Amino acid sequence: MKRLFLCLTTALWCAEPAFAVDFSRSIRPILSDYCFQCHGPDEKERAADLRLDTEEGIQYAFAGGDFADSEAWRRIQSDDPDEHMPPPEFPKKLSTGQKTLLEQWMKEKTPWAQHWAFEKPVRVEPADVSGVEHPIDRFIIDRLRQEGLRPSPPASRETLIRRLKFDLLGLPPTVDETAAFVADESPEAYEQLIDRLLESPHYGEHMAVEWLDGARYADTNGYQNDFKRSMWPWRDWVITAFNDNMPFDQFVVEQLAGDLLPNPSLEQRIATGFNRNHRTVTEAGSIQQEWLVENVIDRVETTATVFLGLTMGCARCHDHKYDPISQREFYQFFSFFHNVKEQGVYQEQRGNVAPLQPVLPDQDLRRLNDLRDRRAELEAKNKTLTAELPKMAAEWSAADLATTSTDKGIASQFRLNLAGGLNATLRDGAKKQPEKSAGDIGWVDSVFGKAAKFSGLHELSYGQAIGPDSDEPFTFTFWIKPDKMGSIVDKIDLELHSRGFDIYWQRDGRIEVHMIHSWPADALKVSTAEVNAVPKGQWSHLAISYDGSKKAAGCTIRVNGKSVPLKAEADQLKSSIAVHTPLRIGVKSRDRMFFGELSDLRYFDQALADEAVTTIANEGLTRVLSLAPESFSEQLTKDHESLYANFAQSDFSQQLRESRASLRKVRQDLSKLEAAQTVMVMEELSEPRQTYVLKRGEYDKPDKTQPVSAEVPSFLGSLPSAAKKDRLALANWLTADDHPLTARVRVNRLWQMLFGVGLVKTSENFGVQAEAPSHPELLDWLATEFVRLNWDTKALLKLIVTSETYRQSSVVTAEHLAKDAGNRLLARGPRFRLSAESIRDNALAVSGLLTKKIGGPSIKPYQPAKLWDELAGGAGEGPYEQSKGDDLYRRSLYIYRKRTVPHPATSTFDAPSFEICQVARARTNTPLQALALMNDVTYVESARRLAERMLNEGGDTDEDRLQYGFQLVTGREPTAKEIETLQSSRDRKEQLFANNLEAAKQFLGHGESKAAADVPPEQLAAYSAVASVLLNLDETITKE
Amino acid sequence: MNTPDTLAITQRLNRRHFLAKTATSLGATALHSLMQDGATAQSPAQPRALQFTPRAKRIIYLFQSGAPSQFETFDYKPKLEQLTGEDLPDSIRQGQRLTTMTSGQSSFPIAHSIFKFAQHGNSGAWVSELLPYTAGVADDLCFIKSLKTDAINHDPAITFCQTGFQLAGRPSLGAWVAYGLGSLNRDLPSFIVMLSRGTGRAAGQPLYDRLWGSGFLPGKYQGVKLRSGADPVLYLANPAGCSTALRRDMLDDLRALNQEKYAAVGDPEILTRVSQYEMAFRMQSSVPELTDISDEPKHILDMYGPDVHKPGTYARNCLLARKLAERDVRFIQLYHMGWDQHNALPDHMSKQCKDTDQPSAALVSDLKQRGLLEDTIIVWGGEFGRTVYCQGALTSTDYGRDHHPRCFTIWLAGGGVKPGVTYGATDDFSYNIAESPTEIYDLNATLLHLLGIEHTQLTYRFQGRDFRLTDVHGRVVSDILA
Repeated sequence: MKRLFLCLTTALWCAEPAFAVDFSRSIRPILSDYCFQCHGPDEKERAADLRLDTEEGIQYAFAGGDFADSEAWRRIQSDDPDEHMPPPEFPKKLSTGQKTLLEQWMKEKTPWAQHWAFEKPVRVEPADVSGVEHPIDRFIIDRLRQEGLRPSPPASRETLIRRLKFDLLGLPPTVDETAAFVADESPEAYEQLIDRLLESPHYGEHMAVEWLDGARYADTNGYQNDFKRSMWPWRDWVITAFNDNMPFDQFVVEQLAGDLLPNPSLEQRIATGFNRNHRTVTEAGSIQQEWLVENVIDRVETTATVFLGLTMGCARCHDHKYDPISQREFYQFFSFFHNVKEQGVYQEQRGNVAPLQPVLPDQDLRRLNDLRDRRAELEAKNKTLTAELPKMAAEWSAADLATTSTDKGIASQFRLNLAGGLNATLRDGAKKQPEKSAGDIGWVDSVFGKAAKFSGLHELSYGQAIGPDSDEPFTFTFWIKPDKMGSIVDKIDLELHSRGFDIYWQRDGRIEVHMIHSWPADALKVSTAEVNAVPKGQWSHLAISYDGSKKAAGCTIRVNGKSVPLKAEADQLKSSIAVHTPLRIGVKSRDRMFFGELSDLRYFDQALADEAVTTIANEGLTRVLSLAPESFSEQLTKDHESLYANFAQSDFSQQLRESRASLRKVRQDLSKLEAAQTVMVMEELSEPRQTYVLKRGEYDKPDKTQPVSAEVPSFLGSLPSAAKKDRLALANWLTADDHPLTARVRVNRLWQMLFGVGLVKTSENFGVQAEAPSHPELLDWLATEFVRLNWDTKALLKLIVTSETYRQSSVVTAEHLAKDAGNRLLARGPRFRLSAESIRDNALAVSGLLTKKIGGPSIKPYQPAKLWDELAGGAGEGPYEQSKGDDLYRRSLYIYRKRTVPHPATSTFDAPSFEICQVARARTNTPLQALALMNDVTYVESARRLAERMLNEGGDTDEDRLQYGFQLVTGREPTAKEIETLQSSRDRKEQLFANNLEAAKQFLGHGESKAAADVPPEQLAAYSAVASVLLNLDETITKE
Repeated sequence: MNTPDTLAITQRLNRRHFLAKTATSLGATALHSLMQDGATAQSPAQPRALQFTPRAKRIIYLFQSGAPSQFETFDYKPKLEQLTGEDLPDSIRQGQRLTTMTSGQSSFPIAHSIFKFAQHGNSGAWVSELLPYTAGVADDLCFIKSLKTDAINHDPAITFCQTGFQLAGRPSLGAWVAYGLGSLNRDLPSFIVMLSRGTGRAAGQPLYDRLWGSGFLPGKYQGVKLRSGADPVLYLANPAGCSTALRRDMLDDLRALNQEKYAAVGDPEILTRVSQYEMAFRMQSSVPELTDISDEPKHILDMYGPDVHKPGTYARNCLLARKLAERDVRFIQLYHMGWDQHNALPDHMSKQCKDTDQPSAALVSDLKQRGLLEDTIIVWGGEFGRTVYCQGALTSTDYGRDHHPRCFTIWLAGGGVKPGVTYGATDDFSYNIAESPTEIYDLNATLLHLLGIEHTQLTYRFQGRDFRLTDVHGRVVSDILA
């Protein structure tokens, strides 16, 4: 039986029904569009208790085709506005053609059938078409004949190789490749070319582009401040999987449930990053539960769109309007993704957020091993040296102290000796008692004699004894043996935007200094860059100086006399930091309590130099040396040894310090390397979260009477009852050979990549509202063939590109435009604009700039200045730091994807923002694209490099060189007329530049690469201008 | 199953409801004409969505990003002065959700505005002393004091205001208008966006491209940013060394070669491309001409205030907005950042108001004196309101306010909006709405209505569904229509 196809939007081939009416393809779309709003799956909206999405309801309304008995038919025909269906207020009216279809369907009593996409694909072998071998061609030509069209002749070899290479690799063929293919007359030439291209490592890159859109892969978290994240190891997994031709079913299972496979490999865990690519919230004040729900919903929508071609998100708040998915079923599906060890909100956290999988790319593995070897070596050396330390330290004498020109320190303005008393000494020698003292300071024996011990509840307040302002220099010095985090020196008013200053020891051994007028806009904050700069449980001498410049660069922190690297976390202090809160030593307020020992704290109203600091430290050390080490307790002996190791000037102690510093550095490098390489992955909670139906889809309205557990929508079957109902079961169900959707959806997307439009145009939606397939039998044949080929993507692509249909010329005739402007019937080959990525990659490739390195962190090519700043003003990750060298010229797939400010090189050409799943791109044609191709430095530099290639490689005459340039960008030889245009173009431009050499030089100065110096500037500039024209040709940015 | 009789009755009952819920016819036509766009690209696109005589041809949306406090601007609450420092009564708070920035606070002390209010104009509108120029044009403004939103954090709230949905993926208001009404100008994009940074909070809330994005609509409807630097539109300027004459020469070559190609392969897309290059070339002169203000007389510049001399300021952007309105750009979207006064509100708010007060008022007056206010709608407002209670420490001179989605004030002017009126009211605490609650959907429906578009009819089919800006909501606020 022939079937009739109905296309509602274009009405392209819905003539008079000459064949039997197919319910699923012709009648359901009418009912869905015109009736389901009130008579569809959504129970709450259902009018008159009548549903037309079920066999029973249709039987009732249309009385099995009995015109006299059918209430629906009576109302469709009725003139009474109160009776007529659809009701007069409904914005759409049934057309005469649609009514005729309904009438014929009732006459024929064609049985009800499920929506075509929800039934298993039925493999129908194509009709015999004489002289046509390839099954795809038989389907296509059979249909063309019915429509009175003929296929086009084959495309030229030049066009074909360019088409094929863009389709499989996203790159243009080289001139040599094209020449070789054109010359190769063997019958196997084309197949060999396909095989060669499918083996290229750039195939995986190109295939990944489409996959990353659906997976909403990006390099930032996407909300508000849009912090950087690092998911590229997952992206590289995708590239590798395509290159290895991983069977598509395995590709699906590993991404959805790699972590749940038995003994999952590192790669299988990385694969699950697919479901962590969604955006994550860090905005302050956000509510955990709200965003936890949104994370899960994003996974549901993405999974449904990418694998099932279903708009499941429509059932979040109510039953689906068109497809048989109830709200309850939505939350059952939700439940699969609700058990992740994640948070809804990651407070201002930058980088990847848990659950994480550490990963190390190959290139870093060797470095890691080297560092580990080095660590072992240094540990051994340290052990030996440390064993000798007690003996050496016991012999420590004043001779081993660092020498200074004076042994007397500079006078301080405030000094708190803390050697048993709490009085401070002011500049004039006057004593100052604490104005307030909370708790009793504990006094402990130390290497310095008595020292003060703070235990969180102690706080000494000295009023306004000192109070440096932001334009005044100062230095604080003290001995500290920290124990738990807290504020050591503090003069901050938390009630007044935290105005004032403090010195704070962090648990990880970093010192932080704040100077604040108003946090964070008018404030300065520096901290020691490295952790454990001031280690816990050890005496260190600290000197914190500031030069009054209001700049982070004006701060110095010396630990044991040595200046340490600092990190500025805020550097925009403009105003006063003076406050009336008292100066406090040790702070007892919550979150800021200080625990640890302290000795000899001094304040100076100047930024001290190295030598002065050394002198001050020496004073303390002299005190240490004046005590007899024999009398020390075990603890004091250790402290004494550590001071010796840090300060003594003996050969031994210097060697020890160097060795310890090296070890510290190696350890830091190691932990950086290990921590830097993570990828966000799926990991299940041991105690699953209970899922409820959410009323109206709202996170805070769980319907406790409706707990649900994981299950698939019932119209698509159910999971095997024996299996645990988790993501793995879901993935196995999805990839079952007889699943109605998975294979169809995938082959349709591959078809879309090659032909510009899928056999089902709505490639994101295979539900009831989907546009009917243009070639339903072909779609089903391809889907079953894909499964038969064990989900082998390369084999399927090869099958399609070997068809005559694919190889046709794409020349558009008047007949094509009249009968099939959108080329859905494929009487000609595909002709459409290249993707954003391919447009840029092509320009880089033909100009010779392209770097072909595969994988690794994303890169930042040229981007107009301040693009990030004008939106974020430095919030988030700060300014755009353009890549250097080869990274400027890598494939566009690797361009850093900042979701709130997509790179204009790609977004101008319809690449998505990667905020949400997208499985088809628009192809627009805009003036902004013209501006980009004319003026973006990428293309201006490429034009110059292309000009250099024309001059260097193109031959000796202008004609040869222009011809070569034309061939590079279009893959074919120019016509005589084209070459004439280019000649006169070049001549005029050379004249123009000869008259203005300065302009020529400027025109050659764009981009980071240097212009060839051995060519006269007017000549190179003229060629560059012609090359720019070539890069802007419609043909250059079009796959023909 | 029902008998046919009850079936008929139920259906009649459902029809009105049905009408409110569904409208798809326009979507189909819009889609159809969209597919034809390639062929008609030479001429300005025709409105595809006009349902009735429009009151306005264009919108200037002065978006105040970060959310200005209603207390220190327009929503005068004299009773709060006595209550300052007291805890917000539970009867008012009603357990509504708060952001986690203040939900942990042990108390919610009321803070009154320390700025004085007075009534202005014949309409007697209450305006704070921070906005003297706005007060001067009060009789031209329509205040909506009962706007509310669903979101409580910046990102979802601003996304909701500008796209009608809290999450990414939907077209922005400007994109819908560009899609629905097309362009009136052959030389400029129909949707233009300008940004400025406030002086009141250095590290303000960031903005996102999606706020002027086209979502699932074709990319040509997205807003084009007009930037303050040398290249006001991305890639507009020719590279150094390429004169206008050379560019023209190159474009002539390009056209000749593209037409040659068209003759060979017959794809009409090639002709569209040629016309897009010509539009790009026209933009290369029309945009710099637009951003050049050297022809503006002194008294006009003075109207907008001293900042107008600095490119990239709100004042300059307001002046450019007028010039864009004169050139019939459909949708002109400004964003001024820095309204997020969690702390130091009096200081920061004074600065933000100083940035925006004079230029906003000047824009109203300037359009009015040119007769452009009649068919231009101006919208001034942010993404939510702020809390009556203080965030952080409350002193007699200093306080802060957290996000408050349950009510806030905006104003509209021109384009068929009733001047000199106030619509809606809040309770004594400006915490809950006392009168005429107005949803973001209602505001957007009303804006579309003024442009001649029935909001339920402006649809686009995506994922098998006819999407619209107002989703399944929206009510035209007819009380504010002139």
